[in-house]
Amino acid sequence: MSGIFNKALMVHLGLIVVLLALHFILPAYHHVSLARIMVLAVYALGFNLLFGYTGLLSLGHALFFAAGLYGAGLSMQFFQWTAGPGFVFGLFCAIAVATLIGMLALRTVGVSFMIVTMMFAQVGYLLILYYNEYTRGDEGFVILRELRVLGPLDLSAEDIRYLVALALLAAAILIKLALVRSPTGRILIAIRENEERTRMLGYDPFRYKLMAMVISGAFAGAAGAAYGILFGYVGASFASIQYSILPLLYVLMGGAGVVLGPLLGTIAMFYLIDIASGMTSAYLFFVGLALVFLILVAPKGLLGTVRERWAPWLP
Amino acid sequence: MKLRNSIRQGHFDSMDFGPYLLLATLEGAVQAAVLALTALGLSLVFGVMRVVNVAHGEFFMLGAVLAWWISSLLTGTPLFGFLAALIFAPLIVGGLAAVADRLILKRLKYDPEATIVATIGLLYIIQQGALTLYGPDARPVAAPFDFRVSFPWFGYSGYKISVILTCMVMLLGVWALLTRTRIGLIMRATQYDRETAQAFGIPVARVYTGVFAFGAMLAAVAAVLIVPTQQAYYLMGLDPLLLSFIVVIIGGLGSLKGTVLAAVVIGLSDGIITIFFDPTLAKILSTILVAMILVFRPTGLFGTATR
Amino acid sequence: MTTLLQTRNLSKNFGGLAAVQSVDFDLQQGEIRAIIGPNGAGKSTLVGLISGRIAPSAGTIAFQGQSITKLPAHARVARGIAYTFQITSIFANLTCRENILLPAQRAAVAASGLFGRVDEAALITRADEILARVGLGDQADTKAKEMAYGHQRLLEVGMGLALHAKLLILDEPTQGLSDSEIANFIDLIRTVSKETTILLIEHNMTVVMDLAQRITVMNFGQVLAEGTPEEIRANPAVQTAYLGG
Repeated sequence: MSGIFNKALMVHLGLIVVLLALHFILPAYHHVSLARIMVLAVYALGFNLLFGYTGLLSLGHALFFAAGLYGAGLSMQFFQWTAGPGFVFGLFCAIAVATLIGMLALRTVGVSFMIVTMMFAQVGYLLILYYNEYTRGDEGFVILRELRVLGPLDLSAEDIRYLVALALLAAAILIKLALVRSPTGRILIAIRENEERTRMLGYDPFRYKLMAMVISGAFAGAAGAAYGILFGYVGASFASIQYSILPLLYVLMGGAGVVLGPLLGTIAMFYLIDIASGMTSAYLFFVGLALVFLILVAPKGLLGTVRERWAPWLP
Repeated sequence: MKLRNSIRQGHFDSMDFGPYLLLATLEGAVQAAVLALTALGLSLVFGVMRVVNVAHGEFFMLGAVLAWWISSLLTGTPLFGFLAALIFAPLIVGGLAAVADRLILKRLKYDPEATIVATIGLLYIIQQGALTLYGPDARPVAAPFDFRVSFPWFGYSGYKISVILTCMVMLLGVWALLTRTRIGLIMRATQYDRETAQAFGIPVARVYTGVFAFGAMLAAVAAVLIVPTQQAYYLMGLDPLLLSFIVVIIGGLGSLKGTVLAAVVIGLSDGIITIFFDPTLAKILSTILVAMILVFRPTGLFGTATR
Repeated sequence: MTTLLQTRNLSKNFGGLAAVQSVDFDLQQGEIRAIIGPNGAGKSTLVGLISGRIAPSAGTIAFQGQSITKLPAHARVARGIAYTFQITSIFANLTCRENILLPAQRAAVAASGLFGRVDEAALITRADEILARVGLGDQADTKAKEMAYGHQRLLEVGMGLALHAKLLILDEPTQGLSDSEIANFIDLIRTVSKETTILLIEHNMTVVMDLAQRITVMNFGQVLAEGTPEEIRANPAVQTAYLGG
């Protein structure tokens, strides 16, 4: 049994090593892209915890991403904080928002849960527009370069940015791996599979769903805060419905309920969108096409299919 | 919103509060009428098929864009072009919806969560398809006729009043269709119990396709009616979608009477509230309200629990 | 003997229908009790009320001398009331062992908190013991949905055992089992009953007469009679209502 666990751990560690190696060999354009992808993948990893493992489909995760982004960006802007305290504050904001929304939205199930989360996220988006005096609304604002430092590290430098993004992603992967392989992870999966039975085994589903929601929101918030700090821009579009749909797309593409699925899905979708937007302004067309295609033809996604056919040990 | 700006700019300085309110009520009534028709389509699809159609707003947008296209193809009086649009735009939209149902929703076996994901995809496909074929510009559609109804304080568009009346007639028609005809009976039987309906020889698959197409057509009709007072634009689907959601939720998911009632309340109050409040703030408050209703009273304010 | 479970005036109405009416039900520690009665007599509703799956319209429930009337179902499980479903309710996509691990880890998870460490190896050993006990030792890595129906029933019982409960409620456990499986089941319940009180809803009279120390007969939502198997057999009211009157 422990042999199998180690095999899974080796795969995940190996992937992190590969990403580190890519740092030294990737051409500049892809180096920047991959740094973005890694931060977005943290967002998708968190989404997957809720959707893939616990079976809850939120259509409002942009709210948590934006809570992290604006929590970090605004606190740095107004208090002249540097990246460290800004990140922690952003993370704290996302956790607080996720707890509040979770307590409300988890009273509903299924389709209602999807609509309620979407509506709360829409409220968040409109609030950002409404308080445009502070947030600068759609236009957004830039986080000052001199504040984007962590101790001696200049986070706006490309090399450091990549490595910090990788460190965040590595932490996210390892935390999630530990969580889904723990007894708690087993309970989350049980809730996805059969909530009523799980209750009759003595577990309070609400408590575990709330926990999944808060951890998932924390991942999203960490990604949002890191995105703002590493790339220096904070804007309302990150709170829009589209940013709630993207992690769903990443996860569906890569494989729901597989730890590494979101990372693979983020890479694939990022480049798909990147290439499409080079060809047409209607690049979201391909997002739509991918959603329909995946849900129809490959609802298990890339790694979900791999696990089913070849690697049942993949967590 | 336009009205609010006018007030800010002082155009109505000479007017008393009463006339403001009348004007706001008229504007609200137009919005309520169109919203009722649009939301009814969403509600029917949800009621009969248990499908939350996130692409519903795009069917609305398609109706408006097609209205521009059809009326620009036809030379002659605006009335002729408009009537052609009123007939053909909904038919085209309904056809597309039927195809989408057959190709996508049916294959997902109408699983509620999978269909939401699929209709999100459909939203992007239709919207971005319109961007590609129609372009990013907002374009006007001429009203079929142009006369003003005179009130003692201001003149009001006769066309807008005819929109209210047309919508009321259409709503009555849909109500009669649902309650007085065999088609309505079949739909209600399917809604009540899909398996039993199938066992009694009702072609459930065809009913579903028909309902999905009909729901989309209602949105398209509403769009054709309202587009002469607005402009056709590829991003115009989002607002009707969100408002329809709000209406259907407040009215009770799947309840038709509640849907119409809620549309009137939302449409009228939206028209009036936006005079006094910032429109963004009004949207924030109404969205929070609706989310809270879903959380604490999932059957809606007017709805009763479904079986 | 001490009283493990006690209900007083327990009632449940569904609309106008009284599914359970003013039931006073006492269960002694260590006994094997069967509830019998015709379909619709209120047996499943009664155990639903006891396990907390259904909220009562009136009345009280006490477990080990403490009121549990207002406790949610999961908290009652934590107190030691385990319920196995009449309609097989297992985790179809998980393996047999995972199905047992979930109830088996409950106490450990509750003790260690959300993020605490749990001795996984010890849990797996225990889960495999339980699987062997219910006769599924060779199917630990089989997905539950791929097992035969009778085996799924046994898995359901195994999940109840893994909770290590003080009271084990079995809702029609032998439904769909073969005769040899039923014989094994009876043996299993006899050994389990040395540690656990057992409340059994059962239609199979052979099982009831063989296993139960006392029998409660329900009819129209009320307790019609209660006693040893011999007393119940001899009771004329029960014969009229149920045993083939």
